[in-house]
Amino acid sequence: MATLLMKPDETSSYAPKQTYFSPYSFNGGTVLAIAGDDFSVIASDTRLSEGFSIHSRDVEKTYKLTGTTVLGSCGFHGDVLTLTKMIEARLKTYKQHHQKTMSTSAIAAMLSTMLYYRRFFPFYTYNIVAGLDDEGKGCVFSFDPVGSYEREAYRAGGSASSMLQPLLDNQIGFKNQQGVEKVGLSQEKAVALVKDVFISAAERDIYTGDAIVIQLVTKDGIKSERFQLRRD
Amino acid sequence: MAAVAIPTATDLQIGGFNFENCRRNVVLKEKGLKEPTAYKTGTTIVGLIYKDGVVLAADTRATEDTVVADKNCEKIHYISSNIYCCGAGTAADTEMTTQMISSQLELHRLNTDRKPRVCTANRLLKQMLFRYHGYISAALVLGGVDSTGPHLYSVYPHGSTDKLPYVTMGSGSLAAMSVFEDGFKPDMEKQEAMQLARNAIVAGIFNDLGSGSNVDVCVITKDKTEYLRTFDEANLKGQRQGNYRYKRGTTGVLKTQVKKFDYEVVGTKVKGEEKMETA
Amino acid sequence: MASTDMIRNEFWRNGPQPGSFYNFPGGKNSEQIGSAKRTLQPIVTGTSVLGVKFDQGVIIAADMLGSYGSLARYRDFSRVSKVNNSTVIGCGGDIADFQFLKSIIEQRVIDEECLEDGFSYTPSSLFSWVTRVLYNRRSKFDPLWNTYIIGGVDEEKTFLGYVDKIGMSYQADSVASGYGAYMAQPMDARSLNKYEVAIVTKDGVEIKSPLTSETSWDIANFVSGYE
Repeated sequence: MATLLMKPDETSSYAPKQTYFSPYSFNGGTVLAIAGDDFSVIASDTRLSEGFSIHSRDVEKTYKLTGTTVLGSCGFHGDVLTLTKMIEARLKTYKQHHQKTMSTSAIAAMLSTMLYYRRFFPFYTYNIVAGLDDEGKGCVFSFDPVGSYEREAYRAGGSASSMLQPLLDNQIGFKNQQGVEKVGLSQEKAVALVKDVFISAAERDIYTGDAIVIQLVTKDGIKSERFQLRRD
Repeated sequence: MAAVAIPTATDLQIGGFNFENCRRNVVLKEKGLKEPTAYKTGTTIVGLIYKDGVVLAADTRATEDTVVADKNCEKIHYISSNIYCCGAGTAADTEMTTQMISSQLELHRLNTDRKPRVCTANRLLKQMLFRYHGYISAALVLGGVDSTGPHLYSVYPHGSTDKLPYVTMGSGSLAAMSVFEDGFKPDMEKQEAMQLARNAIVAGIFNDLGSGSNVDVCVITKDKTEYLRTFDEANLKGQRQGNYRYKRGTTGVLKTQVKKFDYEVVGTKVKGEEKMETA
Repeated sequence: MASTDMIRNEFWRNGPQPGSFYNFPGGKNSEQIGSAKRTLQPIVTGTSVLGVKFDQGVIIAADMLGSYGSLARYRDFSRVSKVNNSTVIGCGGDIADFQFLKSIIEQRVIDEECLEDGFSYTPSSLFSWVTRVLYNRRSKFDPLWNTYIIGGVDEEKTFLGYVDKIGMSYQADSVASGYGAYMAQPMDARSLNKYEVAIVTKDGVEIKSPLTSETSWDIANFVSGYE
């Protein structure tokens, strides 16, 4: 009797079964951040998956770092945990040494060096830092896994980033639109847009779904909101 | 020196299929060639026998790597009026395989003037798949009712088959099987059997990332076949809040050119009043 | 002389020997590959572990088989273990690695008790520690080939967590490893109907062992006429 399990690409493989060790896995997840005039929004989905399985439907991938800074991080969850733990330790010592919390731009610069420190055994993580800058303006910093970073107005990272980024380019950056009035983004519109683009991502990306957590950063603090997505 | 004919690989081949290209493809892949990605039906498909016949069910997601390629595809394929077949694996393989077997079975029906039997379809499928050494990635759940009663088979890509009262296939097969192992009873009523099949597919839809969207069901009895497309919408699409319609003129026109088209008048004719075609 | 040794051996500070290359972690290095101490494949293994939270505690279950490849080698193997009165740990994967970590945990619990300071490991502190151990071992390319499920009760709050061999961890209301992740029941050919459970409540740890699950072959007579 047959005992074959259907997995992609394994149906017609004659390769002998061997176990080998890979120090990485991809646990999915998408993060997204938008900077406004005096606020920023950062969101992530809450699905943690591996291969064709879901580990958890309730793992937030946004991390509150300070009262004005939030980190979104996804990719290999083991590295995400390690990286966030290291950042938190660094922020604590910084506060004790300098009697103040680290600014968003300083955190971004620090994260860049932390990522590049592991240049030849990288943290397999996609990071976006969002918050308020020293002047109280909304800011978003996006990173590649080995530490290259830049300040941007909006950014999508992780599993469905290639689906979301062109949509943001069009809707926030007004790319490929002619004769359109370039109005600034309000908080309400930004939050609504985040929900809508995640609804779309959940339709087509198998690693994005279950729910999103949206963090709205303003001078009054960080407001957290949860929004259901499809669960298939 | 006399010329000696050196036998080549193709000369030595006596009958059977030639898999040289398959080996070539493996070598090319090792050297870094990217194969075109085919649509896969990541899939949960199930079947079970109940009191009066067979219930087949499937999810409706087709994937291309990690992207959902088709949100509502049909995975329950027609074989004959009394036999249907769920397919998992490469979408093209399951579609073409079931179509070919369906056509052969129809010819057989016309020749014999008898309703096709499920074991015939099963034998045709396994003999075809075996000849292709598993290179046709079709994992099937074949079910139907014939003169000898209800039958249910699972057919694997290499050509082996199982005949069981309840079967599951595809990447969500384990999730679905756990529902069957929990809830299957012999001689169930129709509604109960349909509900169990639905629950098995739903388990696959929610717990297996290769499966998703809706549940299709097909119920086959001695004298009736019900194909219930979108038997259940397992999860609803989210409601978008914004409006994403573009104003007229948003798309830029880069260049406009008007060209005169020269033609010769061959003849003119005035036609009577004609009713406009509105069909 | 020490300083001249330095000069002779070091081409530049923190650099490789003259004529050698940088040795990056993860990169292929002849001295590292083939070293006998690394678990690069599991030998004697256990399969699924399951963990579920309930209203006032946590329950962890695992069967008792130690497989040697496809051979059912050991049929009386305990894969759930009590750490202290509030914490239990269950394990899948390589059994030698589990025994190694278990002995370390046991020694740490003894050391902790010797302090008599009223503190003991909580489920979440053990979980955090195991995650760090497994992540650091994977970073040295010398992993402990296990998945751990850690459960317990701390000040009447239930805890349940999952850690795998590369240090990927999370907490949830129910967790499963191995085949149990695909279906929470013994459909696995490499599992056994003999199992044990550990139950943690605020009153302590209870391990029920061994238990047997009844198998049913009712449908066997339906299987006929297959080809």
